[in-house]
Amino acid sequence: MKRIQTALQQDKKLLSIYFTAGYPNLEDTIPVLKSLEENGVDMVEIGLPFSDPLADGPTIQASSTEALKNGMTTDILFKQLEGIRHHISIPLIIMGYFNPVLQYGVEAFCKKCAEIGIDGLILPDLPLAEYNLHYRELFEKYNLANIFLITPQTSEERIREIDAASNGFIYMVSSASTTGATSGFAEEQISYFNRIDGLQLKNPQIVGFGINNAETFSQATQKAKGAIIGSAFIKALTKDGLTGISPFIKRLR
Amino acid sequence: MSYHVNEKGYYGEFGGAYIPEMLYPNVEELRQQYLDVMQEDSFQKEFKQLLKEYVGRPTPLYYAKRFSEKYNTNVYLKREDLCHTGAHKVNNTIGQILMAKRLGKNRIIAETGAGQHGVATATVCALMGIECIVYMGAIDMERQAPNVARMKMLGATVIPATSGSKTLKDATNEAIRDWINNPTDTHYIIGSVVGPHPYPDMVARFQSVISEEIKTQLQEKEGRENPDYVVACVGGGSNAAGAYYHYLDNPDVGIIAVEAAGKGIQSGESAATSALGKAGIIHGSKTLLMQTDDGQITEPYSISAGLDYPGVGPMHAHLCASGRGEFISITDAEAMEAGLELSKLEGIIPAIETSHALAIFKNRQFKKDDIIVINLSGRGDKDLNTYIDYFNL
Repeated sequence: MKRIQTALQQDKKLLSIYFTAGYPNLEDTIPVLKSLEENGVDMVEIGLPFSDPLADGPTIQASSTEALKNGMTTDILFKQLEGIRHHISIPLIIMGYFNPVLQYGVEAFCKKCAEIGIDGLILPDLPLAEYNLHYRELFEKYNLANIFLITPQTSEERIREIDAASNGFIYMVSSASTTGATSGFAEEQISYFNRIDGLQLKNPQIVGFGINNAETFSQATQKAKGAIIGSAFIKALTKDGLTGISPFIKRLR
Repeated sequence: MSYHVNEKGYYGEFGGAYIPEMLYPNVEELRQQYLDVMQEDSFQKEFKQLLKEYVGRPTPLYYAKRFSEKYNTNVYLKREDLCHTGAHKVNNTIGQILMAKRLGKNRIIAETGAGQHGVATATVCALMGIECIVYMGAIDMERQAPNVARMKMLGATVIPATSGSKTLKDATNEAIRDWINNPTDTHYIIGSVVGPHPYPDMVARFQSVISEEIKTQLQEKEGRENPDYVVACVGGGSNAAGAYYHYLDNPDVGIIAVEAAGKGIQSGESAATSALGKAGIIHGSKTLLMQTDDGQITEPYSISAGLDYPGVGPMHAHLCASGRGEFISITDAEAMEAGLELSKLEGIIPAIETSHALAIFKNRQFKKDDIIVINLSGRGDKDLNTYIDYFNL
């Protein structure tokens, strides 16, 4: 968690990349991570693939399906990540769905993350109320940030509740969409970015969904602390493999 | 112990609303309003009138004489197959379209497995003049072609789900994604007692007209409101929830839930969730779920598209885990034979889903004076091709 806070204190807009563990090949997880850090990415979300990812669009879903076909499991991901902190110093966040975490055992999962040096989790289908009631203590015990999402439809009252329960950053979904569904930001999104900025939340916001190039990255981070790129990065990986990482990142800023 | 939902949306340990934030406003709006809306006089009046005059309720409770003689007991069939559109599904879609109208929604989405829910949704959308989009697994579209044609005739857009097993689970994922992308003007009419709270409870309440009628009709015919057993097939479980509803907290009435074993529980091609599942999260609720040790959802299989689902509704998960319900699995072959048998004994061709419920008599003994109500959830017209292929008719 501390790495997230340190990263957020930097005087720059953070570039965070999402990628699916075990994609395009099972053994690519670590090479992708290393390449992202070498190319100046500030934070990484490691996608734990799930068979039925409700919040994802077709690109990320396809990468998850492929990763599962490659044989990726929670155990294998944890094994791949063992010792990662000897190589990688940027914050690492695991993004997945709640069922695989529940089957692993929520405490066992958190403990393993702490041992490896994972800084936080993004579990889009673990609701705030369930988290507060059953899991918050565990996350705190293992020093893991739980990153919540907000959308243009989230009420101010709920945003403030989410802000109070958050201890890293808030994942600001740019528009009402699954991942990878939009291109370019309309006036509506820009005014939403401004509105959230005006709420003076205690947690910084990082924008996700709909960011795919330097222009949208710049638009998204006018007010927010950073932005997350997922689908566009997966597309680059699909097209060019690991050699596509460096040129893709360089084009972003 | 109550087997109804509690104020937090749980049945025992099952239920809840495990949804991404993108769905929170929609689901929360529904949660806050559904009970109040359902209790409004104008809602009840319109709902009951449509059930009576449009759906054709009450459906008969028919004493199946030759079937009863064969199995040496007393079997009543609750004739949901006689509902408009051919299955119980329309009870719920009528209720939900009225709900959607009151919530100011002008676009409807739905998922469908066998196509019965899709047809029922397309029907009520036509009735109300509201746009309708139905997601259906690409494989289900092939095996339920007549229902696809019906939906199109009714003005609905049918979109194939091409991910995963290309069946009900995947159609549900696509419908949820559509809802995420269209959060303000769209109501999602879920067809079974699955999904995030309040859907399981709302759908069960709309379907509870079935058990309400059984009570009245059994009183007239037998001088008692309570049968010894109520039997229904369970995929997601909406017909079962409706048939059990008024009996849930009455231990004198046995509850029998029949699941699809497919080619056999241990064959790797099955949809018998109670036998193969464990607690997990699917489509927004915690329930019994067929999954790998790693928490990936298993592809289910059944010859009946309506039972081809890797989970069950949280009410059923609770009935199973608590022992209140007796869960039985029936193979494709047993179900097909039972469907043919009912056709020949009673002149009623059942949906293959329902045939699973009818098949339990081969192995499950009942007393001579027992009264058993089977919810005949749908008619077999849509399954004619499957029957033709199976029996070389």
